[in-house]
Amino acid sequence: MRTVSNRTVLVVGLLVALTLAGVVSFYASGSPDGLNRVAVDLGFASAEQASAAEGGPLAGYETVGIDNGRWSGGLAGVLGCLLVLGCSWLLFGAHKRTPALARTKGE
Amino acid sequence: MVCNKDPEVAMHVPDGFLDAPTSLVTAAVAAVGIGLALKGARRELDDRTAPLAGLVATFVFATQMLNFPVAGGTSGHLMGGALAAVLVGPYTGLLCLTVVLVVQSLLFADGGITALGTNVVLMGLLTVVGGYAVFRAAQLVLPKRLSMVAPAAALGGIASVVLSAAAFVVLYAVGGVVPIPFDTLLAAMVGVHVVIGIGEAVITFLVVSSIVAVRPDLVHGARRVVAVRELETRLAVSP
Repeated sequence: MRTVSNRTVLVVGLLVALTLAGVVSFYASGSPDGLNRVAVDLGFASAEQASAAEGGPLAGYETVGIDNGRWSGGLAGVLGCLLVLGCSWLLFGAHKRTPALARTKGE
Repeated sequence: MVCNKDPEVAMHVPDGFLDAPTSLVTAAVAAVGIGLALKGARRELDDRTAPLAGLVATFVFATQMLNFPVAGGTSGHLMGGALAAVLVGPYTGLLCLTVVLVVQSLLFADGGITALGTNVVLMGLLTVVGGYAVFRAAQLVLPKRLSMVAPAAALGGIASVVLSAAAFVVLYAVGGVVPIPFDTLLAAMVGVHVVIGIGEAVITFLVVSSIVAVRPDLVHGARRVVAVRELETRLAVSP
């Protein structure tokens, strides 16, 4: 009865995530978010201190050395996705479980 | 330090808003929560759900880059705690959010480093626990059908965002660096986050209903309903 395999769910889901982070993110709203807006309106935005991570190569969702905003942000998004996937894959022990993933395919 | 106003840095609490003692307490609470989640997640994770949990973390990271406009030149993005809890379970969900928040803080300078504990508590722990609690409560009230899983998750989504915003106000009342009247901050934060929460509810509904449509057995929050349905099918087939 099942027509969609685990593998298909994972591959399609990952492609959607990479597309959102790599392409669609360029069209995201640049307006201040809820917290920043309230901080500005009520006058505590000035308390913000720059993060120590501010000088990093992907800081602010921009890739250092790439001037084109679309490519710079898109690459940062894709790299972030792969990093989150790698970290969580190891944390959840998915690397030890992938043979089972193949076995249950098309179940 | 110069105030950095990168418009893409979003929703996360930056360094400097809360004083050091408050940040230390939230970091301790976050550490306890992560410890409990590491234990609890062992019961939630199996061969099928472990890879899905990795995908959920990745999806939450990607979606948090997508700020959508809300009223008056303000934006918001998915927090994802309720979504993750419904898809892979609350313990695993908190671990997903934690991975996202750590990567965002250390590599993308999104959310402060001293504020990391605060963000894990506000955007991880509270959205997961609050979102999942409202989801389960909604499931008890709504008909026990697969079609009700996504609406229940959506309710968890909006509730989780408002809860998170209100909790920030409480933390700010305790350890805010610039004094702001409690009522004023509460009204402002809850007001804008109700609207952001509607976005959260819509995204949560769309994602949960998509996965329920193709593989309801993979959705943690649909397990009870799937079990009931299979039992009914079995009873109907072999009376």
